Amino acid sequence: MSRHTLSVLVENKPGVLARVASLFSRRGFNIESLAVGPTEIADISRMTIVVNVEDSPLEQVTKQLNKLINVLKIVELDSESSVQREIMLVKVRSDNESRSSILETVQMFRAKVVDVAPDALTIEATGNNDKLTALLKVLEPFGVKELVQSGMVAVGRGARSITDRSVRPAEKGI
Amino acid sequence: MSEQITGAQSLVYSLESAGVTDIFGIPGGAILPLYDPLMDSAKIRHILVRHEQGAGHAAEGYAYTSGKVGVCMATSGPGATNLVTPIADANMDSVPMVAITGQVSSSFIGTDAFQEADIRGITMPITKHSFLVTKADDIPRAIAEAFYLASTGRPGPVLVDVAKDALQAMTTFEWPSSIDLPGYHPVTRPHAKQVREAARMIVDAKAPVLYVGGGVIRAGASESLRKLAEIAGLPVVTTLMARGAFPDTHPQHMGMPGMHGSVSAVGALQNSDLLITLGARFDDRVTGKLSTFAPNAAVIHADIDPAEIGKNRYTDVPIVGDLFEIIPELIVALEAEFESGRRGDYGAWWQQLTRMKETYPLGYETPDDGSLAPQYVIKRLGEISGTDSIFTAGVGQHQMWAAQFINYEKPNTWINSGGLGTMGFAVPAAMGAKVGAPDKTVWAVDGDGCFQMTNQELVTCTINEIPIKVALMNNSSLGMVRQWQTLFYNSRYSNTDLHSHRLPDFVKLADAYGCHGLRCESPDEVDATIEKAMSLNDAPVVIDFIVHRDAMVWPMVAAGASNDDIQIARDLAPEWGSDD
Repeated sequence: MSRHTLSVLVENKPGVLARVASLFSRRGFNIESLAVGPTEIADISRMTIVVNVEDSPLEQVTKQLNKLINVLKIVELDSESSVQREIMLVKVRSDNESRSSILETVQMFRAKVVDVAPDALTIEATGNNDKLTALLKVLEPFGVKELVQSGMVAVGRGARSITDRSVRPAEKGI
Repeated sequence: MSEQITGAQSLVYSLESAGVTDIFGIPGGAILPLYDPLMDSAKIRHILVRHEQGAGHAAEGYAYTSGKVGVCMATSGPGATNLVTPIADANMDSVPMVAITGQVSSSFIGTDAFQEADIRGITMPITKHSFLVTKADDIPRAIAEAFYLASTGRPGPVLVDVAKDALQAMTTFEWPSSIDLPGYHPVTRPHAKQVREAARMIVDAKAPVLYVGGGVIRAGASESLRKLAEIAGLPVVTTLMARGAFPDTHPQHMGMPGMHGSVSAVGALQNSDLLITLGARFDDRVTGKLSTFAPNAAVIHADIDPAEIGKNRYTDVPIVGDLFEIIPELIVALEAEFESGRRGDYGAWWQQLTRMKETYPLGYETPDDGSLAPQYVIKRLGEISGTDSIFTAGVGQHQMWAAQFINYEKPNTWINSGGLGTMGFAVPAAMGAKVGAPDKTVWAVDGDGCFQMTNQELVTCTINEIPIKVALMNNSSLGMVRQWQTLFYNSRYSNTDLHSHRLPDFVKLADAYGCHGLRCESPDEVDATIEKAMSLNDAPVVIDFIVHRDAMVWPMVAAGASNDDIQIARDLAPEWGSDD
């Protein structure tokens, strides 16, 4: 099993998320993370889907995804040639004693404090999965009261854009 | 046309513009607005069925014989859910079909309103695509796209769910002049380099075989398949979905492969060194245990659906495209090979194949108690009715015998439920097939189990003057399940006895439906009964053939077993004869 990140350009039509999600579940894949949002082109949305699968079933699910009428293009992004980010909001127990060491950790990870209460701090952090996991590990001893994490978004490095040819055939070369 | 009309009228105009001439359906609350203008359409004949499942299978049968997109129609909720089985069936067998369903008014959607079902959600995994239309203005485009999607690329079912208020709202009608589906571009032209590579492999092979699936029939490529087989001297096997794609009487035809395939067809695949796969999908009923399927064969796989390639079996040369274009290009590439003096030598291979075919022809046992062998009935049916006839089947033993013992010489003369295995397919499919080809003799070869699932459509046939003929193989049981119980469950017949030698009386039932009912119980009556049925064309005919209940379908590859373990009768295995 290995982690794969798929960027999927879709027409922004009703039901498209359900079609994509049900396709994964029908083939027995667990989606690890999913993020959907608009792109620079009106009416086109982009899904970033992280799945943990072998290569050959992934190829099959990619082909099946390509068959969905509302799917325009699928690109697999690897971690070397793309920037991958998640956002995390974490509410940590804090008092006068622990506050300064928490703030130190926040600085080290280039995270931000976005809300302060007498007995808690809410921290916003962005980064790849490894960085957020590391931050969380350091924060855990202080007492994590609440944690919310977004799905991963990813974009390829360099000047090229995957939306360049998105209105043209989304055929994967076979 | 810019006059103000209702959405319902716009939908009727849209269907007319899409070329629809026949629809199978049943009205109900949510779709009522559509049925009003439909009554005035001079171009569309609506056939009122008795159950929505019948409408769906009729649309499938119609699609086979008419070459057009089959259309079925139902109301919201239970009407729509009754279409689920035929939609799934059409999806598995790539049948071009548009299903139109009424939906509750858009303001009620999601409120668990009366007769509300999320039919688009329910059918999402079993349709090629689906639409939910909530605005009258969107109707023509949705219909145009639905017909385009259903009939192009790999054909399949498309659902258009239309909210009642969209049917009632005022709109103007304008048929779209072009289709704009940016995410849908089926590849039809094959890659020239791949085709040349395939041709090279064919001339280099020692034991090639054309493994032909239903895709060849869908592509209308039977003519060029024959040419390909003949110029290259290749043996052909036709799967259950491809019966008729290549003439059964052709000397190069090795028969049908698969769980109940002929020894020569299964043997041709198992002993092959090159599978030239055309519009087939390595279904488990063909491959048997996948890891031992055609173990020494390289694979060329041509299909219009790239997702089929490499799905079950590794492919050496993939060719994505329309077989209508691929096969002629492959012929050109092969001729170029021949001109440069390269031609395959399949002499030894043909010797082996011929030996298999001669040693292990399809056969059956004649019961010694004088009762009817169902295989004999079906064989005579094919011989008497002739190769211009169309045969549909339900699912089970009778289906396999109809695939084995009738000679199919032309495409689209054999219509069955291959992928989904839907019992009850035969009668409604025959009804649709007859509407699509009114001049042809259409036989539904059915079993007593299947027949009792959908025979209500015989009323539809009688009333609408659709004189189909039903040959009922009445063995008083769920025959195929019973066969498995005989073989794998120590002959413990749990819930497979239908008692249909006693009840219902199918002759009386036929009579009640306004059909001719005939009964045949002994071999010497078979020909006369079939001939009698052939002469009756003023109403549907049902022949109740009382057949021997212990007849079994052979050969057989047990589920999950290797094709190498094919048995020609119980505990009797053939010799491939490759070593002598």
